[in-house]
Amino acid sequence: MKNLFADKKKLIIPGIIVLIMIFLAVFPSFSAPYRIVWLSGILCYVILTIAWALFSGSTGYISLATAAFYGVGMYTAAILGNDFPLLVVVLFGGLLSMVLAAIAGAITLRLRGIYFAIFTFGMVELIKYILLWYEITFTGTRGRFVIVVDNQTIYYVMLGILVLLLITTLILRRSRWGLALQSIGDNEEAAYHMGVNVTALKVSIFSISAFFMGAVGAIMATRVTYIDPYSAFDTILNFLPPLMAILGGIGTYYGPILGAFVFAAIEEWLITSSIADYYRLIIGLALLAAILYMPKGIVDVIEKAWRHFSGGKHALT
Amino acid sequence: MITGNVRNYKMINEILYIIIAGLLLGGLYGLIAMGLSIQYGVARVLNVGHGEFIMLGAMSTYTLYTFAGINPFVAIIICAPISFIIGFFLHTTVFRRLLNTSPNAGVFESNSMLASFGILFVIQNIAAVAWQADIRAYSFMNTPVNILGDDYGANRLVVLGVAIAMGLAFYFFLTYTRLGKAIRAAAQDATTASLMGVNINLVLAICFGIGAALAAIAGVLISMVYPVHPNMGLEYTIIAIIVVVLGGLGSIPGAFVGGLILGVIGSVVSFYEPGLALASYYLVFVLLLLVRPKGLFGK
Repeated sequence: MKNLFADKKKLIIPGIIVLIMIFLAVFPSFSAPYRIVWLSGILCYVILTIAWALFSGSTGYISLATAAFYGVGMYTAAILGNDFPLLVVVLFGGLLSMVLAAIAGAITLRLRGIYFAIFTFGMVELIKYILLWYEITFTGTRGRFVIVVDNQTIYYVMLGILVLLLITTLILRRSRWGLALQSIGDNEEAAYHMGVNVTALKVSIFSISAFFMGAVGAIMATRVTYIDPYSAFDTILNFLPPLMAILGGIGTYYGPILGAFVFAAIEEWLITSSIADYYRLIIGLALLAAILYMPKGIVDVIEKAWRHFSGGKHALT
Repeated sequence: MITGNVRNYKMINEILYIIIAGLLLGGLYGLIAMGLSIQYGVARVLNVGHGEFIMLGAMSTYTLYTFAGINPFVAIIICAPISFIIGFFLHTTVFRRLLNTSPNAGVFESNSMLASFGILFVIQNIAAVAWQADIRAYSFMNTPVNILGDDYGANRLVVLGVAIAMGLAFYFFLTYTRLGKAIRAAAQDATTASLMGVNINLVLAICFGIGAALAAIAGVLISMVYPVHPNMGLEYTIIAIIVVVLGGLGSIPGAFVGGLILGVIGSVVSFYEPGLALASYYLVFVLLLLVRPKGLFGK
């Protein structure tokens, strides 16, 4: 009897997610065009954060290479955009990022903790400067144009990527790989001795998360229409996913989604408001406050409140 | 025969020029890296906001020199203590709290690195509002000095001289003073050091302050030679991180030697292909992480 009750409760949040997805699917049919653009920006953040947390949230390896995969996706769209259908371009953007992640992961995931973070950060800059040098020396230009796609198509592709990512994350978390990944985060040595193929698992999940980042980059490139190495491999983009994930709750399934939504909404409001000059200041303070005062994120705050109001019998996990 | 000699002479001259220019650059890199190295080696904070203290030192020196006519050497005496105080209080407020709330060392390192990114954004934004995003420069002591057949700016020689003096002073401070010994003890094993009567929180905060002060001094020196702007910090942070990894995280002599090596590499690459100088740093860095992540002097 008690189990049945607990199971019903477990269905609440997936139910809400499905409802939100249905709402998002029909959203463009009744909303203003501006809102669609706005919402696809938010979806982009949500995807990047979930994809980031898929690897870094569970293993504890802080990856600062989001911009590398996103940028590879963007450049793929710029180069292939005119000759191939949109979905193929997006798929290619994802696959190329995946290949890059697999190579980078295979040679660096032996590095522990802080070294991995530094390496991934360095990798983004390396790609950025080599690309810049290449463009200036060989093509004589900086940046490229990307084909224009209408906003509704961008929105639906984005939504498609998000659904795919949510399903992937859910399957992974429920599978033995998800458990193994979690055990790497808890204690890598122990996981290794329990027979987990630590390196192979880390490289695969890192590549899968890069696939989604690259795919998002490819579709976002069609929105901005012009890219150059600085905008495609933007340094600040490396830090936004960790910030949003920490804000929401880093090791949880719903935390990154919530964090990305909250952050994207605040950012949108900030950029259009009169204090846009202080954008980085506020992001910095938010990052500090989140790490110092809510290290477990909004999800933890909500759970505590839930436990408080439901008499402390059932934790919402 | 004669033409061959001339060509040889020219080549030797070029090599000398590349090496001397590299050493002049490398001394500065070493100074930048020392500050980061002590912050990471003792306080275990990979301070990504390190370059922002360099930027603050450089921008303040520019302002003091241009608007108040204050000599950059005097600016060192003004900027270093202020920077020390800022660093000290950052550690006592932000990082001490993180140290107390983080479950293990790995989590602390990740969290403190992300927190230092927060600090980076805050300082950078304040500076951008205060100074605007223009690139500025002033000229100071830029008379040419001839060394072995090539001219170098006097200011660049002074920069190398001050950097070496700071490096030596810092080394002797760590080796022979009581506080220096406490710092080294804390770097080896913080828990044991605190059991031996070292006031660990104070030592960590002092180390963080020293790191910030060294960054500010480096900033003052940089402003004598290179243009300054509010977004210059991250580039120097990255160079500092590369140098520190090259020399071995936490090793002070390693930071200095690593700085000189990277300076020469940068000088060689710039000589042939200036656009690839930064990329070559990253390449060195990536290769190093793969081959010897402990660095040259790492334990």
